[in-house]
This record gives sequence, structure tokens and C-alpha cells, in this order.
Amino acid sequence: MPSFPKKWLWVVLALAFAVPLLQPILPEIVSNYRLFLVSTMIIAAIAVLGLNLLTGFNGQISLGHGAFYAVGAYTAAVLMDKLNVPYYATLPIAAVVCFVVGFLFGQPALKLEGHYLALATFALALAVPQILKYKWLEDLTGGVQGIVLSKPEVPFDIPLNEDQWLYYYCLITMVVLFWAANNMLNSRSGRAIMAIRDHYMAADTMGINTARYKTVTFGISAAYTGIAGALSASAIAFVAPDSFNIFLSIKFLIGLVVGGVGSLTGSVVGGIFYVLVDNSAQAISTFIKNDLGLQFDLSAYTIFGLLLIILMYLMPQGIVGGVYILVRRFRRG
Amino acid sequence: MAALLEVKGLKAFYGKTQVLYDLGFDIAEGGITTLLGANGAGKTTTLRALCNMVRTEGTIRFAGEDIMGKATEEIVRRRIAHVPEGRGTFTSLTVDENLRIAAYTRNDKEAVAAERERVFSYFPRLKERITQQAGTLSGGEQQMLAIARALMLKPRLMLLDEPSFGLAPLIVVEIFRILKRINEEEKVSILLVEQNAALALDLADYAYVLETGNVVMSDKASVVKNDETIRKSYLGY
Amino acid sequence: MQQLLEQIASGLANGAIYACVALALVMIYVSTDHLNFAQGEMAMFSTYISWQLMNWGVDFWIAFVLTIAISFVLGVVIERAILRPLHNAPVLSVVVVFIGLLAICNSMAGAIWSYLIKEYPSPFPKATFGIAGVIGPHQLGVVIVTLIVLTLLFLFFRYTPLGLAMRAAAQNPQMARLVGVRVDWMLALGWGLAAAVGSVAGMMVAHIVYLDPNMMSGILLYAFASALIGGIGNPGGAVVGGFIVGVLENLVAYAGNMIEKTTGIYIIGNGEKLTVALIIVIFVLTVKPAGLFGRVVVKRV
Repeated sequence: MPSFPKKWLWVVLALAFAVPLLQPILPEIVSNYRLFLVSTMIIAAIAVLGLNLLTGFNGQISLGHGAFYAVGAYTAAVLMDKLNVPYYATLPIAAVVCFVVGFLFGQPALKLEGHYLALATFALALAVPQILKYKWLEDLTGGVQGIVLSKPEVPFDIPLNEDQWLYYYCLITMVVLFWAANNMLNSRSGRAIMAIRDHYMAADTMGINTARYKTVTFGISAAYTGIAGALSASAIAFVAPDSFNIFLSIKFLIGLVVGGVGSLTGSVVGGIFYVLVDNSAQAISTFIKNDLGLQFDLSAYTIFGLLLIILMYLMPQGIVGGVYILVRRFRRG
Repeated sequence: MAALLEVKGLKAFYGKTQVLYDLGFDIAEGGITTLLGANGAGKTTTLRALCNMVRTEGTIRFAGEDIMGKATEEIVRRRIAHVPEGRGTFTSLTVDENLRIAAYTRNDKEAVAAERERVFSYFPRLKERITQQAGTLSGGEQQMLAIARALMLKPRLMLLDEPSFGLAPLIVVEIFRILKRINEEEKVSILLVEQNAALALDLADYAYVLETGNVVMSDKASVVKNDETIRKSYLGY
Repeated sequence: MQQLLEQIASGLANGAIYACVALALVMIYVSTDHLNFAQGEMAMFSTYISWQLMNWGVDFWIAFVLTIAISFVLGVVIERAILRPLHNAPVLSVVVVFIGLLAICNSMAGAIWSYLIKEYPSPFPKATFGIAGVIGPHQLGVVIVTLIVLTLLFLFFRYTPLGLAMRAAAQNPQMARLVGVRVDWMLALGWGLAAAVGSVAGMMVAHIVYLDPNMMSGILLYAFASALIGGIGNPGGAVVGGFIVGVLENLVAYAGNMIEKTTGIYIIGNGEKLTVALIIVIFVLTVKPAGLFGRVVVKRV
């Protein structure tokens, strides 16, 4: 899988950090709403990266990463709501909680392969909203109503508005997490994780402790997606059970597949992509209904569904992988 | 007399690995031809190639018609019966169902019923086990069922892949005797692949010897049988 | 006691629905080794088609039969057009395509018929059906209809040449080709039948759960649980598993209710239905993957 060229990486990062500074110059283009939208894209990218670590790099299929996202979001929300924990402190705690949950779920998952693991995680994804509404948790989770939070406050009197600060907060978290993931994947452990995906039997006989690697990867993957969930709780300032349904997990899957299975850069592309489509589908739908007067509720999932199927035929390596292959072919002439 | 099956320039591949190189042979109508050779010579692959079960290039003409590249089931419908290696039966179906499925492509009910009786005359043991699941039969009985199943297609050509494999010698002798009868009474041409060259040469009229995907020699079975150099260098006995 | 009996009876009605969907899942699983995550949404879409037909004035039972036929054709088309090219694709690709199918069915139903919950009629007359105090007219009707459908399917697979060919193709595709069976078409027919059986489940359950694009998600999960309990790959087991799970589901809710009544402590109720299914799925997958009835390969008849 291609890795992003180093020099370009710095350029992109510098641009990303400079964007909010352009706001006074180009207020029309760099609006607060757009900054917020980009923040949600960043959060999506982290969630997709979490799924990618498990499914893309380790070969364990998960259709239920919405569950870990939910655990992360609710951990953060409950900490802020009940214990007045500052929002930035919720990230590490959510990460630990999700790691434990993922690690535990990884135990039975060891026995399951391919379709069966997909089924178990699919079941998890379907059950999540109900679990969140469970009566005994109601005092913590607020039941069907969910929990209303406040947006992250700008610290140290930095001259930024809420959306600008949220943007930096998400961006910095993402940079740290991607850097960590990159280091991990390029280490001995990372090679072991990928060896398990590519040559399971060989990895096992080579003395790699496959069971431990698989469960720990499950934990790390859940922690990443959980951190994204925690970030989203802060960003949206609200959590409710029904937003963590099966379709959330499907969005992560579309992010994974569009960006590229087993690609770090792809996770970013995937995250950006699904937020973009989600938003534009809403806009198109409103247009169809209000301006054309047609009774047709276009949902992003029609596009997602078609893309999932088409991509599996045309670009099984995802858009990033596909473009990379095209470029290589083009260069070769 | 024109050959029933003509094979020219046959190449076969598993993935990118080529297994057969320019294989050519003919099978005369009504005869028993055998393909001999060591393990990995390409005998089984040749049979699979004839039914388009591996990636194949070359020409295969059956009864004058080019069947190269046709789907397995379409080739079978031209009445080439393939008895694959191992136990060629549907283990979870009953003996009766195994025979019925074999006649699936045929519409002539009465002929099928008559055939069934004839098949039982070759394999009376199967009739006793008619309601039994094929998986519960002994190895020899399963091989008989596989041959019986092939017969229900009313084949012109029967491809047999190691019918003696893993069976007790007495049963092998019995099966080979029945094959001889089938060849004579049903006018079925047979292409036999065998590890046990001595046995195969006793049954066959004509033999081809394969080595790493090429035909290295061919002659009347009686000639091959009595040629010590061939036996020693290729057939190992 | 009376209440318990009612719970069991309504559990059987639910079980009949699960049995149908579970059987649909198993039919596809035995022939392709795929778990069809879109089975529930396909059934939901079919149910909307029947609703549309009735909305145009077609009588229930005519709409019922038409919908089964349409679903059958759609199933065949989906297999031929979408799944055929993926025969040798990795598991992830297949799973992704199923999820794509799920998303399309769900969102298209919402787009065409809106996400508003709709009432769906029951074809079973109140006066003549049901046993007072034990089972309601619709529930009894559901059990009878599904049993008829299941029996027809059994007879088809057991006694017709085509059914035999489909079983042969599922058990050993390569061997089936060697007896001249057009295996590819058998797979497509299997998909058609699965879609048809699923549509029966949808049309039977819609009166109970109301018609909406998400009506089948819980049922699909229970159907997976049923298929797993019966030993996925065992059609008879899936049907029995369906009834077991249906009754079990109601008994769990009943027990939870009794506990709450006597001790005042809430443990489990109707709100935990999916969680119960999740637990069954994971438990069976990890502890007894062969299911209750195992995978009976060898049996003397």
C-alpha cells in the first residue's frame, strides 16, 4: 500500500493548520460552519482509521465499530456531565475504556473468522442503541433523551472562536493518533499484525503470538474509534442512543472501503468522503423535495450502498489505492 | 475409423503454473485407453481439462465437435461421464438420489428406468443399499456408486480417475471386471487414468505414457506391457 | 398460567417468522457459504411492494402471491447481476457487497415510501380465527401460512428433480456440474427462493410490527440466532431453531416481567430483545458453533 510522500505531508499539514487563519481574509469561504464540517471529517477519519487497523491491517472484519464509537462518546459524555471532567481529559479515559471493551470483545472474536466475525459484530451494531437505553444505565446515559453537553471551551484566552478551537483540537488529536499508528505499523508489532492478516498459518508457526496480537489489535482499534466517539460527543455537544445505529457502522465501512483497506492515507480520504456525501445527500434531498416538489427522500445510503458494491468491482483497493495504481501505470507508460 | 475424442496441443494451467504442455492423443470409439505415468505427470489434470475444470488451451474434439472452452455441464450433456478421483458421489444424498441426479439431464423416463435396472445388474449391492446415504457406504461401494452414477448419463465416453485408489485388491479386481463388461455390453469408450499400471494395461487396448505434462510414448497396451525398458523407466515396475 | 400459555403461543407465531428468514439465510449459506446480511432488508422491500399492490386495490392474497413471485425474480436478478462476479472474491468484498445491498434496500424503501410508519392489514378474519385466550387470529394465521410454505419447500427439495439438483449443487458444485447440473442457475434459483421465503415472513410480520424501513433488522438478528442454534447449514435445524428462539424470546421477557412484579427489580424486558439476540448469536458462535443439531453429514435413513 502506498504511503503518503513525506514532503507533501508537511505541506498538507501546514495548510491544514493555516486554514482557520485565513478566516479574516476569506470569511465567505472559510466559514465557521465549514470549519465545523472539517472537524467532523477529522473525527470520521480517526474512526475509520480505528476500523482500518482491525479490518484493513489485521484482517478481522468488523461491522460493529459504531459500538466502540458509542462507548467512547458515552464515556466522554458521562464524565463531562456527571463528574465535570474537562473535555480534553475524556479522550485518554475513553481510549482506555474502549481498549478494554475492544480487548474483551476480541476474546470471543478469536474463535470467529470471516463471515462469522462479521455476523457477531453486525449483531453488536444492531443491539447498541438498545443497550444504551437499558434501564439500569438510564441514570448515567439519560435513556432515550441522551445527554446534552457544552462545546469545548477555548483555553488560556487564546484568541480563537469555538469552531476554530474545535478544529485545532480535532486536528492535533488526529495528527498524534496517525503518527502513533504509523509508528506502530512500521514496527515489529506492526509487521506481526499484518503477517497475521496475510499468512495466518505462517505467522502462527513463526512463533507470533497470534491470539495476543489479535486481541490487542482489537483493543487498539476500538480505542481509536472510541477516541473519535469522545471527540464527536464534545463537537456535537450531544449524545443519544439512536444515533449509534447500524448505519453508523456502515458509514465507517464506506470510509474504509472508499479510502482503501489497509491504508493510513485512505482512512483520511474515507472519513472526508463519507461526511461529504452525507451532507450533500441531505442538500440534494431537500432540493428534490422543496424545489422539484417530488416525494422522494434521497438518503446518503443509496449512494453509499451503490458505491460499496461498485467499488468492490472496480477498485477493491479503494480510491487511494486505485489512484496509486493508475498513477503507477501512467508513469510506466 | 475416426477417433471419438481427438486432443491436440492441450495445455492446462493451475493459476499461472502450467501443468500440461502440448498434449495430444486420440481415443478410438469403443475401446479402453489408459493414461499412465508417475505422480504429477498430469494424468488427473488431463481428465479435468477434458471437462473444462481447469484453465485450458488447445483443441479438444468430441465426436467431431469442438468442445474446447464449453462449460463443464455442457460437456457432460454431450455424454462424457467423468468419475473423479476419490469418491465421486454426493455423500449426503441417498444412493437412490445419487442415481436420480445423474439422470437429471435426461427426459426419457422409460429409458432411464431401464438403465437403472441395468446399472443394478452390474452392481447388485447398490440395490440393497438404495435408501442409504452415500456417505455411509464402504469405499468400494462408493466407487461402484460413482461408476453407476456415470452410467446413468448413458455416456459415450467415460473418464475414470484412479478407480482403484484406496480400495482392497479383491474389490479392485471386481470393479475392473465390471468396467470390462460395461465397455463391451454398453459400448462405452473408456479413458482410464491409473497409478496401478499393470492393472490398467491388462484392461486397456491402448496406452499413453505421460511425463511432466507431455506424452512420451504411446502404443498398444500389450506392447507397452511387454516392453521392459518402458516399464522400468516410466512405470516403475 | 394462562399468561404463560399466551406467551408461548405468541412465541410460536414469532418463531414461525424467524424460521422463514432463518431458512432463507440457510438456503444461501449452504450453496455459497455466504451470510446474507441484506436478507432482512430484502424482505422488508418485498413487504412494501405488497403494500403498494394493495394500495392500488389488489386483494391481499393476490398481492401476497404476486409479491412472492416478484421477490423470487428480484432474488434471481440480484444473484446473477451482483453476486455472480464475486464468486472467488475475498470474504471482506462479499460482506461489503451485502452491506451495500442492505443500505440500498433500506434507503430506497425510505425514498419511495417514506420513513413514516404504516399500518399493514391482517388477512385473517377476526371472527373465525384464533383460540380465545390462547392465540390471536393473526398469530394463528401466521403459524398456519408459514407451515404451509415450509412444507411446500420441503416437498420441493425432497421430491422434485429440480429440488434434488439444487441440493446436489449446494453440496458439491463441481460434482453437480459433472452430472450436467447448471450450478450457476441453481445458485440463482436458491437466491430467488430465499427472497421469496423472506417476503412471506415480511408480509406475515408487518401487521404485528407495522411497516417501516427498519422493521426487519431485529427479526434478521433473531433469524441469525435461529439459524445458528439449528446449526447453520441445516435447513430443518433452522426451522426448529426459529420456533425455539421465538418461544425463548417471549419466555425471557415473561420471566423478566415476573421478576419485576415479585421483587420490583427490573432485569430484562421487551426493550432488551436485540441484546438477547446478540447474546445468543455470540454464545452459539463461540461455545457451540455447530448448533444444537450439529451438522448431520452421515445418517442412516
